[in-house]
Order: sequence, then C-alpha cells, then structure tokens
Amino acid sequence: MAVYRRTYTSYSGALTSAWSRCLVLFRYSRRNLFRSKLQTGLFVLCFFYPLLCLIAIYAAHNLSFLERFGANDRMLNIDNKFFFIFMNVQGTLAFVLTAFTGPGLISPDIANGALPLYFCRPFSRAEYVLGKASVLAILLSQITWVPGLVLFVVQSSLAGPEWAWQHLWIAGSIVLSSLIWIAILSLLAMALSAWVKWRIVAGALLLAVLFFGAGFGQAINGVMRTHAGHFIDIVYLMATVWNSLFRIDSERSMSSAAAWIALLVYCGICLALLVRKVRAYEVIK
Amino acid sequence: MSIAIQRGATEETSERAAAAPQTPVIELQDLSVRFGSREILKSLNCSLRGRAIGLLGPNGAGKSTLINTLLGFYKPSSGSARVLGHDIRMQLRVIRSLVGYMPENDAFISKMSAVSFVQMMAELSGVPASAALERAHEALFCVGLAEARYRELGTYSLGMKQLAKLAQAIAHGPKLLILDEPTNGLDPSARQRMVRMIREIRDSKELQIVLCSHLLRDVEDTCDEVLILNRGRIAHYSNLEEERKANKRFLELETYGANGDFTEAIERLGCECAKTGNRLKMILADGVEVRDIYRIAAERDVRIRRLNFRRDTLEDIFLKAMES
Repeated sequence: MAVYRRTYTSYSGALTSAWSRCLVLFRYSRRNLFRSKLQTGLFVLCFFYPLLCLIAIYAAHNLSFLERFGANDRMLNIDNKFFFIFMNVQGTLAFVLTAFTGPGLISPDIANGALPLYFCRPFSRAEYVLGKASVLAILLSQITWVPGLVLFVVQSSLAGPEWAWQHLWIAGSIVLSSLIWIAILSLLAMALSAWVKWRIVAGALLLAVLFFGAGFGQAINGVMRTHAGHFIDIVYLMATVWNSLFRIDSERSMSSAAAWIALLVYCGICLALLVRKVRAYEVIK
Repeated sequence: MSIAIQRGATEETSERAAAAPQTPVIELQDLSVRFGSREILKSLNCSLRGRAIGLLGPNGAGKSTLINTLLGFYKPSSGSARVLGHDIRMQLRVIRSLVGYMPENDAFISKMSAVSFVQMMAELSGVPASAALERAHEALFCVGLAEARYRELGTYSLGMKQLAKLAQAIAHGPKLLILDEPTNGLDPSARQRMVRMIREIRDSKELQIVLCSHLLRDVEDTCDEVLILNRGRIAHYSNLEEERKANKRFLELETYGANGDFTEAIERLGCECAKTGNRLKMILADGVEVRDIYRIAAERDVRIRRLNFRRDTLEDIFLKAMES
C-alpha cells in the first residue's frame, strides 16, 4: 500500500461497472447495521420461531416422537394454516426489525448533508434508493420467505411429492405475501427516514403509522358506520391479502383486490415521498 | 464481495483519458437557471480554460448555483453548458465520473471512520474496493489526516471535516476538482494549510480546479483565472496570470529630491511617467530595467525610498466589477 505518497496522484486503473455500485451502498449499510449488538441479537431472535416450526414438522412426521409426549399426529397438522401462522409471526418480527433498522438508513445521510457527495458521483438517486432498500429487503427476506420456503421444502421431502404438488401454491403464497410486506415496510421506513432527521422519531413514527392507522381506521368505521376506515389501516389491508393468499376462511369487509390496490397506492406514495426528499439540494422556491 | 469490472466501465475510463487539457474546463452558452419565478443565473456565456479557475462574487451572486447546475443538481431553464467538453444535459454521468466535488456545507457520515468514508466514496465513483482502500489512505495522507484516519468523522473538528471532504473529492482521481468555499469556518492557520494544499494539488498538474469563494485572498492565492459573478450575471472575467506578467512593468516610486530633470530623464528612456508629490508612477519601456532607474537616480542624487511593482489587486478588480 503506497501510503507514503503525500502528493496527489490521479487514478488510471479499471473502473467497476455501473450496476455494481448499488452493492457498495448495500455492503456499507449492512456493515453499519450489524455493528449494533441489539440489532444483531434481534436478528438472531427472528430465527427461533422458524426453528420451532422445523421441529414441529419433524415431529408431525415422527409418530414415535409424538407418542413420547402423549400427543397424536392430528394435533400437528402441517397445512396452509400452519404456514399462515408462520408468516404472521415472522411478519411481526420483520416489522420490529424494520422499526429498529429502517429509520437509520437515510436520515443520517440527510442530517449530515451527505447526499450531495453521493449524487456528485456517477450514482443516481434511483440507485441510491435501490441500494438502501436492498439492505432491508435482503434482511427481511432472510427471516420471512427464505425460512418459509425452507420449511416448505422440508415438509415436502417428508410428506412426499404428492403433498408437495397439491400444496405448491403455498410456496407461491409464502413468497408473494412476504414480498408485499417487505415492500411496504421498506418503503415506509425509508420514506419516514428521509423526512424525519431523528432516527428515534422516525422509528416511533413507523410504529405510529401502523398502530394509530389501525386505531384511527376503526374509529372512522365506528363513527361513520362505514368500512372505508380500513383503507388507512395497513395491518388490516395486509391481513386481507394474506388471508386470500393462504386461502383462510374469514369474513372480511374488503375484497383482496381492493386491499392489493390500496397497498400498491401506499407503496407509490412512499416512493413519491422518497423522490421528493432524496436529492442533493432542496430547492426552496 | 467481488466487484465486476466490465467492458461498460471502460467507456468511463476512456472518457477520463479523453479529457485533454486543451478542452475548455467550463463552457457556458446562454445558461439560465430559474427557481420558480426567480431567475438565479441569467444568460451566462463564457469559456474557461485555466488550470485553477476562481468563481468570485458576493453572497447570493449565483456561484454555488452555477456549480450545482454543472453537477446536474439543478436543471438549466435555458441555454447549455459543457464541463470538460461534455454536455451537462446529455452526459451527466460522464461528467460526474470526471469531477471531484467538495461541497460548502457539512457533508459526512458521522458513524464512519474517515478511511471507510473516503473508501466508500471512491468505490461509488467506480474504483474497485482494494484500489479504493489504497486511494483512501493516500488521499488522507495527502490532506494531512493520516494520524486521524481511523477516527469517526463525527469526532472531527471543523477544519478536519473540511480536509476529509477534500480527501473524498480527490480519492477517485478526478480530472476536475470543484471546491465550494473550501476555507469556510477555518481559523487562519487552518486556512493557510488548506490554501497550500490546493496549490499543491494544482501544481501536480494532474487535474484542474474550480474554486468558488467570496474570499478574495483564497482566490488570489490559488487561481490563475477569475470569473466574477454578481446578481446572476458575469460581472467580470480576468486572467490573473497574464495580468501578473503584464504588471511586472508597472512601477510606483516614492522619492526624495526628485525634480523635473529626473522625470524627463526617465521619459527619455521611453517610459511613461505620472508624478504626484513625491510619488512617481511609471510604465517601463521594453528593454528598460529597474537598475536603469536606480542609475538615473544616483546620477541626479535622488533617493528612492520605496519601489513597488504596482498592479490592480484582485480586490481592485472585484470592486470595479461590483461598481460596474
């Protein structure tokens, strides 16, 4: 390493390809993320439930193991409901993990005025958002659809190809339900992170958007005797989509198509908020 | 993580090599920038080729807006501009790969060490990870932050943050370095260090510099070409290097015992003279040296108390531009 050079020298070596520069942001953001012991601990905690599910699947196919605990094979039924519950638990954990990690993605860059340094390089705003979003997307994928698919594969290998073929749609549901949840969480967390400079406040706002949204939606429904309040309740919208994807029978006052559209609109709003805020300098007219 | 070095990247590399020194650094053609109903830059036209170009002007003159427009942060409302021969509308990515930018305000990532920060910025400019780490160390050594390079940027003093900003601007080896108020908030010794650093980088002759400042001394100490902006218009353009050369012939004398005979003797040499009291201003004719003046003074028993090469300072030029 030529650190003895004290004078300026130009660079004439090879350059990396443009697409790979998104990964630079991902790499550094992820490294920063796991510097916190709390976040690392939380991330590890997210794998306990998938581990329990794995044991449950093993037990369901091992009668002697169940009999040892005085249980029978009907008590552990591995079906769409099993994976639905799995997704609910992991989805909740994904939300908690996002509340901890998401707000710290963009707000430090804005608070310290670092955005001009990114955008004065051959690096666009879209690439910046993509690079930051990929941190959350990959992190949340690791605790939602990836372990979900692992469980599905294990169950398929134990139950046989006939079960696998009949329940293949569950794999699709696991991936799709995870992706829409990850998209909503990532975009919402990043939009709040971009608009609120303080990391803790941004985290609190994320909680508020989901919980107060639910409460406010219920209040609108109660006072105005309508179901329109559900449109501002992201948790309800998500539950509607997941119920339809996992074919769970429950009475819903909203069609899954309406819930899908509402969720996509939320994604669009978050993107618009990001586009508005993620720029080198704000023009004050 | 391996970083792919692809053929696509060679285009940027060749663009770097193609930026020959003869190409104008900045070329503006009727460039206007408007924010809402307010016109910030008004039909600017110029072609700047100097090794170190100073952008001068009072606060709100449009210096930073011009820089931000050249970097593509603001869209021009009309006209066009070229940086190192590349159009800012069509070839922004190429321009950004050729430029190193040091912004005016605080710009850093607080929870990052200086070396990681500079390495990341070099990687974002396309330098492969291992080379970027090497360049980050070199850049931090170059700006004088070697001892503090593993410290978090949040713990840096203002002067050190300025140097870290300079390091990230040069780490990827740009062809053009744009410095926006680099001595802002620095104490006199830190300012001197920064100016010396800029001069050293300029003298390396590996890149060209655009320095934007409202501090005349900074520009005078580092630049050879000056563009003065006022209220969004070009108030004056000056090639300091040429003026410095030209003004070597412009003398101001303070004398004792000089009479008409002394002035006439100098005029006979072909010099132009103007006498006010005991002060004599003159422009030396070709072939006439200062020692000839001393000789004439000695022959006539005239004492020369002071002799200055008098030229318009940048301050004079600036004030004239503001008045006009």
